[in-house]
Amino acid sequence: MRKEAFFEIIRTLVAILVALLLAFILVLSVSKEPWKALSSFLTGPLSTPRHFGNVVEMTIPLMFTSLAVCVMFQAKQFNLGTTGSFFIGAVAATIVAINIKLPIIIHPAAAILFGGIAGSLVGTIPAILKSRWNASELVSSLMLNYIMLFLGLFIINFYLRDVNAGAMVSYKLEQASLLPKLIPKTRIHFGLILALLMVAITYLFLYRTKWGYALRITGQNIKFAEYSGINTLAVILYSQIIGGFIAGIGGATELLGMYTRFQWQSLPGYGWDGVIVAILARNNPLYVPIAAFFLAYLRIGADIMSRMTDVQSEVVTVIQGIMIMLIAAERFLSVWRHRMIVKGAKQSISIEGESVNG
Amino acid sequence: MSADILSMKGITKVYPNGIVANKEVDFSIKQGEIHALMGENGAGKSTLMKILFGLEQPEEGSIILKEEKISITSPHIAIKYGIGMVHQHFMLVPSLTVAENMVLGIEPRKSGLLNIHKAVEITENLSKQYNLNVDPKAKIQDLAVGTKQKVEILKALLRGAEILILDEPTAVLTPQETEELFQELLSLKSKGHTIIFISHKLNEIKQISDRITIMRNGRNVGVFNTADVSREEISRLMVGRDVILKVNKSKAEPKDAVLNIKALNYTNEVGKKVLKDVSLYVRSGEILGIAGVEGNGQRELVEITTGLRRCSSGVVEINGQLINNLTIKQIRDLKTSHIPEDRMTYGVSSDGSIEENLISDRYDKKELNKSIFLNKSRISELSQSLVKQFKVKCNSPRQSVKMLSGGNIQKVVVAREFTADPRLLVADQPTRGIDVGATEFIRNKIIEMRDSGTAILLISADLNEVLELSDSLVVMYGGEIVAYFEEASQVNEVELGTYMLGLKTQTKEEVGRVAHA
Repeated sequence: MRKEAFFEIIRTLVAILVALLLAFILVLSVSKEPWKALSSFLTGPLSTPRHFGNVVEMTIPLMFTSLAVCVMFQAKQFNLGTTGSFFIGAVAATIVAINIKLPIIIHPAAAILFGGIAGSLVGTIPAILKSRWNASELVSSLMLNYIMLFLGLFIINFYLRDVNAGAMVSYKLEQASLLPKLIPKTRIHFGLILALLMVAITYLFLYRTKWGYALRITGQNIKFAEYSGINTLAVILYSQIIGGFIAGIGGATELLGMYTRFQWQSLPGYGWDGVIVAILARNNPLYVPIAAFFLAYLRIGADIMSRMTDVQSEVVTVIQGIMIMLIAAERFLSVWRHRMIVKGAKQSISIEGESVNG
Repeated sequence: MSADILSMKGITKVYPNGIVANKEVDFSIKQGEIHALMGENGAGKSTLMKILFGLEQPEEGSIILKEEKISITSPHIAIKYGIGMVHQHFMLVPSLTVAENMVLGIEPRKSGLLNIHKAVEITENLSKQYNLNVDPKAKIQDLAVGTKQKVEILKALLRGAEILILDEPTAVLTPQETEELFQELLSLKSKGHTIIFISHKLNEIKQISDRITIMRNGRNVGVFNTADVSREEISRLMVGRDVILKVNKSKAEPKDAVLNIKALNYTNEVGKKVLKDVSLYVRSGEILGIAGVEGNGQRELVEITTGLRRCSSGVVEINGQLINNLTIKQIRDLKTSHIPEDRMTYGVSSDGSIEENLISDRYDKKELNKSIFLNKSRISELSQSLVKQFKVKCNSPRQSVKMLSGGNIQKVVVAREFTADPRLLVADQPTRGIDVGATEFIRNKIIEMRDSGTAILLISADLNEVLELSDSLVVMYGGEIVAYFEEASQVNEVELGTYMLGLKTQTKEEVGRVAHA
């Protein structure tokens, strides 16, 4: 069992290395100043507190969306509506942050909670379609993302738009509703603590409660779950409702921590990135912070590289693509694994053989 | 008898889950013999034959055919070398005719299209030549199991098989069909074919084979001329000790009816009537066995009784409560346990740990929870004690189930289902495909359960098992109960076979006794 986990870690690391290597080859072949590009890519995020702050700032929403994905994927519900839940969560928080006057602490708490509820409603729709009519949650949640984008834009642009601002943005959020910054010289905000708290809560939920148990068993083998008397329809519903809730909180937190007005005019890609992080973390909340940090590091590194050199930041998508492909490909390194197993088995044969002969 | 036509040397095979199926096995056969490959389930005989047929690749070892070293990387190549295999589960397309199946992949063509007349002709000729009677124009799905097997054999012969591997060919056959198969095999032998016959049935081996190779625990433990070795010797080598073939049990003392099924009907998705007017009851403290060739309604009966399926009409009562519309959870709460036929699909979650699998029916009970959290220490205590009590061989209850052997996986299922304090136990193929030790253990546990007052419905394709374990016995054929025997111990196998095959049916009154004595 421990060997198995060890193998998975090695496999992930090798996949990352191979992806980086290929990306470097790509950089070497297109850039006039490849070494500068590489060094700004790899060490750029560490160069100044602000850059490092950028990495941590980006880690926060990634943690939320990937936790949402973890919960849904552990139940084998391939709901990709995290993006929509995240967006609507931010819109809902905007409504509370602009229209309601509340004291500090209570105001952001109310806005985040409202964001979570709005996000969970988004998660509920594919869940109901699935449990009622067996409609693929993958398809319905994907389509739903666009509906949510335009619903959100409609709310912002028609009811909350500040006509005096130069761009398509909302009114200013109430000062009391904003999340405090944690570290000076960076924009790292209180959301980091919320996100880490959410990691712990999600882990406890999945591995320490009966609902989490039922959810995981349903994901592992739904027929076995049914045979055992587990209410799998309920699992299909609540896994996606909870997933939507976490993503909604993420959207609200991101808005209140990083912005003073709502200003997205398209879907921020955190929902998709959440899938990547969840895959890297093998759907285990405990690994989410590391995986989220890693992806954020790559992103910021690529940004810095594109600003400093002639290499475009899209190089990151190449790395992502190769990494995910190698990790998802079960046969990758399986020969090595098989050899390991054969070796272990041989040892036990010889031990057994001696005892038979003896 | 001439020299070895084929030999396998030093074959070692390790499966990806770490199970060593073959350990340095040597195996050889002579031209024109019927060679039995014997061993308990899981001894490695099927794996060895899969290697010979190119379905699996060994880690070590070589194959020598007619003094030439060959490498068999796919069934295609095996066929080229004249090796054919008849699988336990037939590899036929049910919706196509016999002739179409026969020529699949080697179709005779006329202007680019399938020449069906030629295909029929080929089939007829071959069928005559080997005296294996089949109707070339019949659809596979309409054929009896024994006939399908003939088609499989003919298919191999058509592809030029000189060496024919039969993987437990009699497992699905009635005694009468088995007899017929043996005649056919002898006739094949007289025509110069070599036959490898995989089985674990002593009587059959003694009757049909010339030589025997016995495997145990992945090793070859001996090769004998069949005539020179006694049944006791074979059985001792197969299991490594003397098996108690008889189950020790006292007479049943049945009390009130726990399971009561009245006039149960079920029509499946494609409109076929799978269960017709089935009535039976099982009393506390007795084992009612259901014998029958697989696919005669047993599975549907079990699934309806345990809530996995809804019946079309009829009444199913457990402890006097109608369960027709209850959920699985509600039925389990009526103290019903279920050992499912397909343990990897229903019995366990193979990705989960042993512990997770042991609590799947009781994870939400008070004693395993502490406020909103699962009570980890209670769960760990429970799983430790179950693993010990049911002798599950593992490093720790945290180990994932897929790393266990078949017998130990079944013990996990049994440990969970038997300790739910059931009043009704539905045991569907409780010992299928597991080793002798685990089989014996589970059978004894079933008897223990009976003696402590559980009502047990036992379904098994293993005739020996139904006869040994059951107190009373019914036979299912074509979705109906065709025979009832109040004393299972007084039934003989041949008589049972005639009912299982549908050759004989008891009268309504005789069968009616099982519905209400």
